[in-house]
Amino acid sequence: MKILVAVKRVIDYNVQIRVKEDGSGVHTENVKMSTNPPDDNAVEESVKLKESGKVKEVVAISIGEDKVQETIRKALAIGADKGIHVKAESYIEPLGIAKILKKIVEKEKPDMVFLGKQAIDDDCNQTGQMLAAMLNWPQATFTSKVNLKDKSVEIIREIDEGLETIEVNLPAVVSCDLRLNEPRFASLPNIMKAKKKPIEQLNAKDLGLDLTNRIQQIKVEEPPKRKAGIKVANVAELVSKLKNEAKVL
Amino acid sequence: MSVLLIAEHDNKKLKPFTLNAITAASKIDSEVHVLVAGTNCENVTKEAASVPQVKKVLWCDSPNYQNYLPENLAPLVTKTAEKYDHVVASANTFGKNFMPRVAAALDISQVSDIIKVSSPDTFVRPIYAGNAFATVKSNDKKKCITIRPTSFEPAEKTGGSAQVEKIEAADIPNISKFIKREETKSERPELGTARVVVSGGRGLESGENFKLITDIADKLNAAVGASRAAVDAGYISNDHQVGQTGKVVVPDLYIAVGISGAIQHLAGMKESKIIVAINKDGEAPIFSVADYGLEADLFKALPEFLAELNKLNTIQK
Repeated sequence: MKILVAVKRVIDYNVQIRVKEDGSGVHTENVKMSTNPPDDNAVEESVKLKESGKVKEVVAISIGEDKVQETIRKALAIGADKGIHVKAESYIEPLGIAKILKKIVEKEKPDMVFLGKQAIDDDCNQTGQMLAAMLNWPQATFTSKVNLKDKSVEIIREIDEGLETIEVNLPAVVSCDLRLNEPRFASLPNIMKAKKKPIEQLNAKDLGLDLTNRIQQIKVEEPPKRKAGIKVANVAELVSKLKNEAKVL
Repeated sequence: MSVLLIAEHDNKKLKPFTLNAITAASKIDSEVHVLVAGTNCENVTKEAASVPQVKKVLWCDSPNYQNYLPENLAPLVTKTAEKYDHVVASANTFGKNFMPRVAAALDISQVSDIIKVSSPDTFVRPIYAGNAFATVKSNDKKKCITIRPTSFEPAEKTGGSAQVEKIEAADIPNISKFIKREETKSERPELGTARVVVSGGRGLESGENFKLITDIADKLNAAVGASRAAVDAGYISNDHQVGQTGKVVVPDLYIAVGISGAIQHLAGMKESKIIVAINKDGEAPIFSVADYGLEADLFKALPEFLAELNKLNTIQK
């Protein structure tokens, strides 16, 4: 079996983002970038399946400017076999990303596509589901456990009410939740080895797809700030404030 | 111009967030139609029809929709969407699961998780875990939208009498199978809609110690929340997680105990009306959003808190 795993380069989850004063977006210059956290889980699970012998090949793909190759290299250092970089100079919406991934799926013919359930920058939570729909494949979203069988995969998903178990036929799209596994750190020898692994390069605009963005970003602004609160000295004061000042008890 | 809203339900009752989504849908257009797709779900159609903003209920009753598998539900929604300008659902694990499939089938760029309707094509949505708000305009002719339920008031449950129209099921692809759902049963209010939420974090140090949280929650008739760290550590199940990738809550009172306040957690609770933080680390970021901060050892403070609450003659429910 073969897995295509999609990774996105985003502002690191620990960075406090800053909104640009002209309302055009957020500052990305000199900001630490990393792999989108649930994409790390997607890579980890793909590599674990390879290590279990059930999967033969793991291909990591990222779409964007040249710097996304760092994100691909990281996946290669974890254990992916080869990389695909689809070059795109500007932002592409999830709909366009899904179209690009579909093209690559048709070429690479994986049995499963793994990706994170959501990117922590645009918080859209769309790409995996859209890709599955375009391919007429089943999907497993919010995945926290994977049990791969011969022709299907049994999945435990995290839903609002608790946990749900489903079984989807292969090929399938699996979008990963943060509790699926504990992503490992790449070892130095593996980082060195990853430098020798191949990364195939393509250009998004050569794929013959309509990638026009349909959503116009009018402005980006800071959310309203909460006014500063106070520290209370003890529990009695806290309860008194909640009762008499905030009137919530 | 009309809006098609996909109802979330359990085949017996409408889920509460559908009422919030109806409010949002009615801000897009006054002609709100609700699709109820399920199995033996007639009671749900009655509930939907009595919501005043609802002008029509489309009822599709078929075993295909019993467990809302997105592979089965999306083709029905896609087909039904033909006559509508907007297709909307709640931005929870129900709506997030199937809506992008509908959008892709219709070649539409979905607008996810809106918190405000500025006009029928312009919406505000949080990005970067709510650290920025983006105003976006959809240039697609038809629009697929998911709605953050807690950003809209729930619609009234009674007063309406919409017509219920039966519609045919769509073909299903038979590529996925529902096996089981393990729902956490609780006597407490639901996390998403509770008036008070008491949340615990890694500071609790164990699942057993969460009893300190649940005791207070029971006293206040509150829901129990948790930080991702507490869920990851196995102290409590995933459905309690509050944050960017968990649940977003907007209670009147949010009490964060032993939670440091990572950006991702703040994303799920910082719109709460009153926030209380109890943490032994005075520098913890949670204090920056707290109306009332108590720098204290939670193992000492929580029993005292419960004792103080027991002294009160009345507590709002």
